Amino acid sequence: MTADTIASLYVFVLAGFIGFEVIRRVSPLLHTPLMSLTNALDAIAVVGAIVIAGQQRSTLGTVLGTLAIVASMSNAVGGFLITDRMLRMFKKGEPRKP
Amino acid sequence: MTEQLIQLVYIVAAALFILSLRWLSAPSTARRGVLAGEVGMLLAVGATLFNHQIVAYHWIFLAFALGAVIGVPLGLVQMTAVPQRTALSHAFGAFAVTLVGTAEFYLDTPDISPFMMLALTMEVILGALTFTGSLMAAGKLQEVLPQRPITYKGQNVVNLSLLGVAVAVAAYLIFHPAASYLFPVIILVPLVFGVMMVIPIGGADMPTVISLLNSYAGLSAAMMGFVLDSKLLIVAGALDGSSGFILSVIMCRAMNRSFTNVLFGAFGQVQPSLAHTEERIARSASAEDAASILESASSVIIVPGYGMAVAQAQHRVRELYDVLTRRGVNVRFAIHPVAGRMPGHMNVLLAEADIPYDKLLDMEEANPEFPQTDVALVIGANDVTNPAARNDRNSPIYGMPILEVDKARTVMVIKRSLSPGFAGVDNDLYYLDKTLMLFGDAKAFVGAIVRELSHGHSA
Repeated sequence: MTADTIASLYVFVLAGFIGFEVIRRVSPLLHTPLMSLTNALDAIAVVGAIVIAGQQRSTLGTVLGTLAIVASMSNAVGGFLITDRMLRMFKKGEPRKP
Repeated sequence: MTEQLIQLVYIVAAALFILSLRWLSAPSTARRGVLAGEVGMLLAVGATLFNHQIVAYHWIFLAFALGAVIGVPLGLVQMTAVPQRTALSHAFGAFAVTLVGTAEFYLDTPDISPFMMLALTMEVILGALTFTGSLMAAGKLQEVLPQRPITYKGQNVVNLSLLGVAVAVAAYLIFHPAASYLFPVIILVPLVFGVMMVIPIGGADMPTVISLLNSYAGLSAAMMGFVLDSKLLIVAGALDGSSGFILSVIMCRAMNRSFTNVLFGAFGQVQPSLAHTEERIARSASAEDAASILESASSVIIVPGYGMAVAQAQHRVRELYDVLTRRGVNVRFAIHPVAGRMPGHMNVLLAEADIPYDKLLDMEEANPEFPQTDVALVIGANDVTNPAARNDRNSPIYGMPILEVDKARTVMVIKRSLSPGFAGVDNDLYYLDKTLMLFGDAKAFVGAIVRELSHGHSA
């Protein structure tokens, strides 16, 4: 294993712990927005797809990379959009009278 | 932009992602969390475009546009459709990861270290099974596929063998990366496994399954981070993976079941014939009776379940909340962790109906309140209110944490019929002396109560 791999493993383990601590505090009230938000963040896979699609080393790479950008991009756009829509609905206090 | 500068931007993006989830912990800061996530994403994507390995941009921008065109409608679905939308987005995420993994394999092999190959095969296996598994889950939730569990003899043997084949081939590839003819096996077999894994799982287990698939999607993205040596991806994948894992644990605990039991148990398809053979009498009441009881109550806790969502009754429930609140009744809602088809689903539906979130109690908050509550009104929930979970050692749901509605002074249950719930268990709650059954469609019945309450006694 190279030093780079070890560093990656460190990042993985530490990020896992941070995730555990941060997400444990999310109120059950917001578990649905939590899932849609983490889903949107996961779409960061697009950075890998961009490089693969853009470096054009082989046709297969370009095609797969481009499809991967489409899939992740739609997750990012849709995920942030619906999370914000949901969160806007959570209101405190007395609701307005009909 | 130099490579170092790009990496620095990635670090900022990773910090923003963590802050994003940190701010999601409370409704007051949650929207800031979304903004932080969006800014992080924009920065990271923007910086990536300066990567010097990129030689052509036309496909990239075309793909951006296409992704946005698909993404916007997926962001605008009805709130009742959020569970299937979420399953679909897990499928999309896993699809992207699988494609990138496949491209990486054919670009990099055979010059690849065993560790990288391990990460790559895990990425592809997890990605592929999450892709089809999530599609199946979305199909079940959208009801284009049957919701009931589909089981056959030797199912678990078949499933485990499939997984075994994929793992064995992956292990061979780690040490013989030149054997590229074997690579399609670790895509195709997990694709089949994903389907087989989800077909025996019933509708009410969906909260756990969606959480678990969420966790797999995150893990596969983290593995992709290892392969591409992208720390940002590792961070995002680890966050998503731990989020899915925590939610799965919460869901399993709320059903008093283990992961293996959810995945291999196919709960709900065996209808246990219970010892309760004696005729028991349930008292039923009309909307008028219900209205007069609610009217004279000073505190009411409403317990919504999936039945409320199916009947689209949340807006009627809101009217009931309004009319009772105007009369000075303290109305609150008690929400079981597995109510609905995904974690937190009920809260979103009630928030959409404009019910303030400080009136929504989770199980730990609600249970101490029931003994001081005049009326517990159960709308479309069943197993999560069954006192047998507490009292009856022989019950299949014994030990499951429940909402203790039977401790309220009066219990009213809106239900179509006395039919048993998901677990196939008769609910003792319905036969208590303090319980009134209100038979009918949730939406129509709540509407009728609201009419009774506003009629004559005009508010």
